[in-house]
Amino acid sequence: MSDTEQARRLRFEIFRYNPEDENSEPHTDVFELDETPFMTLYIALNQIREKQDPGLQFDFACRSAICGSCAMMVNGRPALACRTLTSDLPEKIQLYPLPTFKLIGDLSVDTGTWFREMAEKTEAWIHERLPFDPDALEQRMSDDVAAAIYEGDRCIECGCCVASCGLANVDDTFLAGAGLNRVARFMMDPRDSRSDSEWFDVVAGDQGVFACIGMMACEDVCPKELPLLEVYAYLRRKTLGARFLAKGDKA
Amino acid sequence: MSSKLITTDVLIIGGGLAGERCAIEAAAAGQEALILSLVPPRRSHSCAAQGGMQAALANCAKASGDSPTVHFLDTVRGSDWGADQEVANIFAEEAPIAVRELAHFGVPWSRVRGGKNHYFIKGEEVDIDEDIESDGLIGQRDFGGTAKWRACYAAAGTGHAALYAVDSEVVRLGITVRDRTEAVALIHDGSRCVGAVVRDLRNGSHFTVMAKATVIATGGYGRIYGQYTSNATINEGTGASIALDTGVVPLGNMEAVQFHPTTLSPSGILVTEGCRGDGGYLLDKNGDRFMVAAEPEKQELASRDVVSRHMQQHMRDGFGIESPYGPHLWLDIRHLGEEHLRTKLLEVWDICRDFVGRNPAKELIPVRPTQHYSMGGVRVNKDGQAYGLAGLFAVGEASCWDMHGFNRLGGNSLAETLVSGRIVGREVAKYASGRELQADTGLAFAALADAEQRAAGWLARSGAGPNVYEIRDAMGETMMHKVGIFRNGDELGEAVAEIGQLLDDCDNAVLRCKDPGVNPELAFALRLKGMLRLAMTVARGAQARTESRGAHYRSDFPLRNDRDWLNRTLVRWGVDESEPSFSYEPTGIVDLPPGHRGYGSDERIEMTDTLDHYNEDVLQVQTGHGRLASTEEMGSRLKRGAWKAVTG
Repeated sequence: MSDTEQARRLRFEIFRYNPEDENSEPHTDVFELDETPFMTLYIALNQIREKQDPGLQFDFACRSAICGSCAMMVNGRPALACRTLTSDLPEKIQLYPLPTFKLIGDLSVDTGTWFREMAEKTEAWIHERLPFDPDALEQRMSDDVAAAIYEGDRCIECGCCVASCGLANVDDTFLAGAGLNRVARFMMDPRDSRSDSEWFDVVAGDQGVFACIGMMACEDVCPKELPLLEVYAYLRRKTLGARFLAKGDKA
Repeated sequence: MSSKLITTDVLIIGGGLAGERCAIEAAAAGQEALILSLVPPRRSHSCAAQGGMQAALANCAKASGDSPTVHFLDTVRGSDWGADQEVANIFAEEAPIAVRELAHFGVPWSRVRGGKNHYFIKGEEVDIDEDIESDGLIGQRDFGGTAKWRACYAAAGTGHAALYAVDSEVVRLGITVRDRTEAVALIHDGSRCVGAVVRDLRNGSHFTVMAKATVIATGGYGRIYGQYTSNATINEGTGASIALDTGVVPLGNMEAVQFHPTTLSPSGILVTEGCRGDGGYLLDKNGDRFMVAAEPEKQELASRDVVSRHMQQHMRDGFGIESPYGPHLWLDIRHLGEEHLRTKLLEVWDICRDFVGRNPAKELIPVRPTQHYSMGGVRVNKDGQAYGLAGLFAVGEASCWDMHGFNRLGGNSLAETLVSGRIVGREVAKYASGRELQADTGLAFAALADAEQRAAGWLARSGAGPNVYEIRDAMGETMMHKVGIFRNGDELGEAVAEIGQLLDDCDNAVLRCKDPGVNPELAFALRLKGMLRLAMTVARGAQARTESRGAHYRSDFPLRNDRDWLNRTLVRWGVDESEPSFSYEPTGIVDLPPGHRGYGSDERIEMTDTLDHYNEDVLQVQTGHGRLASTEEMGSRLKRGAWKAVTG
């Protein structure tokens, strides 16, 4: 924005509800702010809280798009608030909490419980082959394999994909993008001892990849640009392979 | 038992890498562990560590000849001889185990590619053959202040990958994590700590946790510098603060505050040292690489305190690029090429795109030094046991263990969280397994009532009064501009007066939000006084230390003074006292004699005492300052004289 341009007056419409206050009803409040250069929703929301409404609830931690705390619905689309520049938005900005997660208050939702349950359900940890030996050299791995695992490991569990998912919005057991990506990350890790057929139940059931209805909003909204379409294709391929293997075992 | 009272064997306050690694160790030893975390643990600030974790694995060509002894040397020199040398040695020896253990937990470390590799070193392109025998082992990159390439890494998301792997172990072991909770007071009787009072950040209620052992793992206190920090909004020093509130536990070296050379201007978001490690450099407004003249040997890869001072001075001399937010310098990584930037430095690529709208393969990155790391913290012995209060431990950045002294090397903090998490976790388990829980509920409920009264007091105050956020902003301005990179007696005196005034203001501040539930304004107000008290210990500690050492630089006392100041600052704040009280203890047993760091100034005031005499009564003096006995005797893990074999 050049100095000669008039700064925009932004109009925020923000969802409000405090479940701890018996007098609180779900509604929206309107706040206005003068836009400043490089204003993000992190800056804007803190200004609103500090200057206009000190009760406004929202979550930020790293404010650099790596911790995943601040996902919310920005004009109808899930996004990380900290890296959303107001200059990329129209003057009217609607902010709602993410759906699919339990509301804590206003824009703050409980993603922690959802992701812990997902990790427990999918046993999202390395199923070790042998206990750790502090005196041994590390197991070798090619740098390409390490890079491929890292790609899957980059998910920051912000919940944008879950909130955008048509199925996760009606079925709270569906693993959704983040859950399926987590499964694929461990599936491709040679350090994990689980076989494809052991993975079968997790991936092929009603909560797994075949339940996905293929709208792919998850990939569109992922702030880390994870290749979720490829992840699902990988899971389908591995699962079908495991199914044939399992049949072969029986024969 | 009432829901207001929970019991466990080990209470861990903080769900970052240090706390979680400690919990794993305690749980594996059969102790029930409970972790409290302000945020879901994977959102802890550990996830923001980018470029690497130091460990002498010596797998790649430029790491050849590295060993824990060389790592020890670099760490003590980096600390400007402020570190406890035994702790630095324990750390350096166990760091390789911690890195390999993380591989076992699932961290996808970057690996050595055998054969020809293309690198940038000191601005020059070089091809280096990596030994084919090393192919597939964990690789290393260069970082500041080190003799060898030693930083193991996963792109520029090393902390993220480490935190996710460690948290997955926490889930595997079924360790309970209560996220959105905050410890607001320790429960103790003046000699033993038996748990904490906790505020639930989902609904604003308070409860108590009673435990055999309590561990503070809350990270640093960077947010006392207001907006002038790379730290997350949650790094408000709450753990150090509740330890200080006991009146009996000292904090160590609070004035030792690190400023990172390259954070984005103006937001303060970190841009990893790995950029310079991989061959990036700094430019001024004329496009000159000013660090080559300033530090001919290490150039951009001198230690952070040295590089930050050169940058700040260069901007003061008029060579910065002016902006509406003040001057900055440029970080140039264009020559590393898009492929390198989008793989090995991917997170830097994202940060540049998201926060300054720049493509770092084509454009320069605006950077300036900003508060980054807290070397100071809860003073503990080598087992992590806090001075002054049995059953209280501290680990990671929240502690002063003390391997960093007055300047931490890049990549050593990530390594510290894992190494000390393992060690302190083991000691905590030992401590807890030999004891019954002493559930003195009277003590707990008195502490609970105090905490509830404090919250109610804030809500009851009405009328006109200062605003808590304005007090916070004023504290940040004072700390950055008067207790910052360059310090002097006059400005430190002003800072002490200003923080004193802010403490008074805090007592008169009035909340505008009286909503039931968590009430974000109240949540912040409850931390504010503790933050101001920490700020006061930093400012007064800096005022008292009339020398320059590591990140603590006094323009009016520019030399390191080993004659009078080869010691560690301890600060306690007695209950009902209006001022903190300071004392000083020897840094530990000194094996590597004080000398030149290899970068920065070579001038100093030499030690007049002999090392033998200095070392004679370390244990006695530290014990006099509240140090509790460690499991193994002091000095048992110092490899005396080992450094002589690698210094030539």
